Amino acid sequence: MIRIKRGGWRFVKLIVFSISLLPLGSIVFDAVHHNLGANPIQMLQYRTGDWALRFLLITLALTPLKMLFGMVFQMRYRRMMGLFAFFYASLHLTVYVGLDQSFSWAHIMEDIPKSPYIVVGLSAFLLLIPLALTSTRRMIQRLGRNWQRLHRLIYASALLAVVHFFWLVKADLREPAIYAGVLAFLLGVRVVHACRKVEVRRRKPEYRNQKSEDRILISNT
Amino acid sequence: MLIKTNRGISSSEITDAKLFLERRRLIRIAIGSAIGTLGAGLAAHAAPGAPKAFEKVRKSDYSLQEEPTDYDYITQYNNFYEFGTSKEAPAVLSQGLKTRPWSVVIEGEVEKPGVYDLEEIILSQVLEERIYRLRCVEAWSMVVPWVGFPLGQWLKQFNPTSRAKFVEFVTLFDPDQMPGQRRAVLDWPYVEGLRIDEAMHPLTIMVVGLYGKLLPNQNGAPLRLVVPWKYGFKSIKSIVKIRLIEQMPKTAWNKSAPNEYGFFANVNPNVDHPRWSQKRERVIGSGLFTPKRDTELFNGYAEQVAHLYAGMDLRKFY
Repeated sequence: MIRIKRGGWRFVKLIVFSISLLPLGSIVFDAVHHNLGANPIQMLQYRTGDWALRFLLITLALTPLKMLFGMVFQMRYRRMMGLFAFFYASLHLTVYVGLDQSFSWAHIMEDIPKSPYIVVGLSAFLLLIPLALTSTRRMIQRLGRNWQRLHRLIYASALLAVVHFFWLVKADLREPAIYAGVLAFLLGVRVVHACRKVEVRRRKPEYRNQKSEDRILISNT
Repeated sequence: MLIKTNRGISSSEITDAKLFLERRRLIRIAIGSAIGTLGAGLAAHAAPGAPKAFEKVRKSDYSLQEEPTDYDYITQYNNFYEFGTSKEAPAVLSQGLKTRPWSVVIEGEVEKPGVYDLEEIILSQVLEERIYRLRCVEAWSMVVPWVGFPLGQWLKQFNPTSRAKFVEFVTLFDPDQMPGQRRAVLDWPYVEGLRIDEAMHPLTIMVVGLYGKLLPNQNGAPLRLVVPWKYGFKSIKSIVKIRLIEQMPKTAWNKSAPNEYGFFANVNPNVDHPRWSQKRERVIGSGLFTPKRDTELFNGYAEQVAHLYAGMDLRKFY
């Protein structure tokens, strides 16, 4: 294993941050070069939405890497990935409100109740807001164990995001099905992991006394 | 008059395009649309050169007095699931479709059924340019300068009988040429239908051209229907069979989702799709900051067609 010093990690973080901005760069590049096709607003909606969902899944993929392969280095980017999911979801919503509906609140209020997939998508976004707000180190410390409970909302948000995608498609469900499959796998790994933990605890009652270790296990889920 | 239309694309090129698009789709799903720019560039490269122009095309009083949508948008933003479910796929994957020779079977409740050659059909008709608004059920619209002829006057040549209450149209079924048909996204072949009075209406046309030129494959070549007051999916493409029948035909989208897509599918801002509003529409080719346009009843053709539906509950017969 290569040893990376503090400055080195900062450098890696900068690289991860820059890579996460590439989709935005690509979207802006295409917008500036009139390369978004015949229906540019729809294309912006699709591309920002795709990336919001992808970053949600990336965020949810970090813990399974640890559970399955014992990898830990990626855990330090969990917050950043989650915030990028929120960032792309915000852009997605902004495109809807600003470009698709031209900031017309009357039209938005008329449009949303008629579109169940927008209701679901909006719910997925709203669930991310408290997670983004409590992502600072101070909030993590202040909320303690509740932080963990609160941040399980990401599971609901990701599920709603996939339903949002399914619901807007006309007939070809292939693409949302791929995202649903990935999400099912990532959540499935957690379920299996949690079941195993329970099993291990039941078989070895002495584990119950090792409270400190228990806490570490829980905080990793 | 056009006769020769084979642009001489070799089969190897066609295969390449298919593979390219399939791969592009997979890559796009896997690593995202960062490569979208590259894909669009290649797709444009695969698009056909300017098709042959029609010589004598009459202007029509039925045309809108509006600037048509750009040719590139009309030919690169297509719903034609026989060639893939994305808007970009048909422009690439349809280039292998052999549209000549082409014949159309006319059968059912007519005195003169038969198999008719497309070139002869076109030669027997006076072609007109009809600039119509096309309103998709997905809430976008274009203004398209079609070249075609009224369906009604053509159908009369076959002497429909009194039992001809509906007209059923069928698209070519050929998964070798239409790769989208290899997956059961819809119940192939695509079928559409009109009530006989709708079919006989002077606004209803059979289309063989676009912008004065031969109809590009991705727009439904060589022969398609256009019914301007109905959602775009009614205007069936690449037609090989027309049946005049007594019963209402089972249409493709209606079979796929009966509560979402009715037989009539008249453009109506007051009857929403169950999953989205039909009140307004995105005008293709308008700027990023242009608001949507208000959708009009019967797509703006109410004066001409509203009487066809007098006394009908348009919420029930959507």
